[in-house]
Amino acid sequence: MITVLYFGYLREALGRNQETLEWMGDDSEALLDLLRARGPDWAEALAPGKVFRVVVDRQVTRGVVKIPDGAEVGILPPVTGG
Amino acid sequence: MWLKVDVQAAPFDLACEESALLAQAGDAGAVVAFVGRVRAHDAAVPLSALWLEHFPGVTEAEIARIAALAADRWPVTACRVIHRVGALAPGEGIVLVLMASPHRAAAFEAAAYLMDYLKTEAPFWKREDLADGSHRWVEARQTDEAARARWES
Repeated sequence: MITVLYFGYLREALGRNQETLEWMGDDSEALLDLLRARGPDWAEALAPGKVFRVVVDRQVTRGVVKIPDGAEVGILPPVTGG
Repeated sequence: MWLKVDVQAAPFDLACEESALLAQAGDAGAVVAFVGRVRAHDAAVPLSALWLEHFPGVTEAEIARIAALAADRWPVTACRVIHRVGALAPGEGIVLVLMASPHRAAAFEAAAYLMDYLKTEAPFWKREDLADGSHRWVEARQTDEAARARWES
């Protein structure tokens, strides 16, 4: 199982703050593909240019990141602070 | 470098924060202060409130990482960053950056660098609640990306 956290407009577009998922995948690309396959709303909200970063266990890395079973995964849309 | 980062709902007081910074800043001949405030008229319809969220723990760590990068490039002796979250009214302060250095050029540049990276890398998201009852999520701006990119050449 993994826990997926959504932020910003993704919470609204996807209708949830977080969820837990059965996980047998490998990395953040596999997770995004799994989520995009849920339907057009998901594919649109998580389209490649709309995901800024995937943060696993609160460690910020760039690009594709491994997701181990048991991980907490934050999906971050482009940031707009300051 | 002395560094303190807070993400909080409460307002900040520039004078209090500067005093606290000066106690830690050593022989700083220059302190640059930047305050970002909520614009009332960023959209066609006036704003009633700006609402901000962050990723607790991750956001603070990212700001600290950016401040450390600034300190690698310029002789920064002390840095204070406060970023607010929750509901903010037009005119309220969103973000405070104080940057102390022996000389002004470094303080100005380090403060600008920190803000350019904060705006494009620190996990915050803004929602505009408009006077007509509608709301919209603010979209990332290409101009902010360009401002950050100038430091990478």
